[in-house]
Amino acid sequence: MDNMNITSAQYTTDMEGNNASIKATIDGTEMSVPLDPANRHYAEILRQVEAGELTIAEAD
Amino acid sequence: MSSKARGLADLGNAFDDGALSNRNLIINGGMVIDQRNGGSAVTLTATEVYIADRWPVYETQTSVLSGQQNQGSVTPPDGFSNYMGYTSLAASTVSANNIHIFFHNIEGYNFAQAGWGTANAKPVTLSFWVRCSLTGSFGGSFVNHDQNRSYPFTYTVSAANTWEYKTITVAGDTAGTWKTNNQRGLNINWSLGTGSDYEGAEGAWVASNKFSAAEGTVDLIGTSGATWQITGVQLEVGDTATPFEHRSYGDELQRCKRFFEVTTLNDHTFSKYNSNSAYGNVSWEVEKRSAPTLTLTGDWKAYGSGQGAASVVNLYAQHEDTGSARLQIDNGSYSSYFVRQGTPTAGLILADAEL
Repeated sequence: MDNMNITSAQYTTDMEGNNASIKATIDGTEMSVPLDPANRHYAEILRQVEAGELTIAEAD
Repeated sequence: MSSKARGLADLGNAFDDGALSNRNLIINGGMVIDQRNGGSAVTLTATEVYIADRWPVYETQTSVLSGQQNQGSVTPPDGFSNYMGYTSLAASTVSANNIHIFFHNIEGYNFAQAGWGTANAKPVTLSFWVRCSLTGSFGGSFVNHDQNRSYPFTYTVSAANTWEYKTITVAGDTAGTWKTNNQRGLNINWSLGTGSDYEGAEGAWVASNKFSAAEGTVDLIGTSGATWQITGVQLEVGDTATPFEHRSYGDELQRCKRFFEVTTLNDHTFSKYNSNSAYGNVSWEVEKRSAPTLTLTGDWKAYGSGQGAASVVNLYAQHEDTGSARLQIDNGSYSSYFVRQGTPTAGLILADAEL
């Protein structure tokens, strides 16, 4: 389960320039995903990155 | 034994099992809360779609089902005013690797009392009302967080289009790892069409991910126009099904908001940080299970302090935690802003911390 269709992922940064969340398009909807391993969207992003199916772009 | 004596005996069993109140580990088992859709019909076009709060459907073939709170406007079972309903949109073939399930996840903190994964694992009893246009044996399962422990079960629908009450008691699993924290403590599934790769023998624990029982032979999605409805879902620790524990609407809504909440930003002030960005904070009404995923929907409008309206350029979440989120607006014109819902579609923030 949890094979979400993630078509884009890019870090956003906080005021200090640290990666703070991921702007992602999941199942056609743009979402802001926190860097919390207990969050199901972040867990799935990590799984797809690990599987070589997704790359998270650096923040602008 | 008379029905009253039977009821008192069941109550005594519930007391022996540890709870006379808060027995039901299911949230929104009466399907009364639908924050996302407000009772509107939904075609399930994504792999995982929530309609009533806490009750998603997962499907490997999308757009084969429609779902809605109180779909079809049938009379619910006595004592209930709502249910969830699904309709098969075509006669779909269920391939070996297909999964279509209606499911519920219980947070580990709430399921820890069952002691699964230990020598003291307690039995649990699932009860629910179901109504289907098809008859026969249907499947489901109990699964752990890591999906390497499963217990397939079956239930039988004897009469078409008739509410029937079902109970299933499961011996606690003394093996495997069962989460006792803010992650998925227990996953309960009702199959609407599951392929053989994900079916197991009913009534036994297996060390893999099975979402239905091989003996549960009816696939709702295999029949065009077939309907399936459910309500009054209760899971309690122990080997006895007691009457459904009705909670107040407000209580149920607050419980749902630990996992999903809708809020707005009306008249929130954003403070300018640099030439292009301003920040504002929004707090959740209920502490979330985990930091939530945020989706901003609809239209927004920003107003410069003491000045006219400014366009919202890029309103997005910059940081989220279990209690609040910091949002960023990119618009370099004014020294500070207040933000409110725009038109024609009022802006909303969806905070999703589902399991």
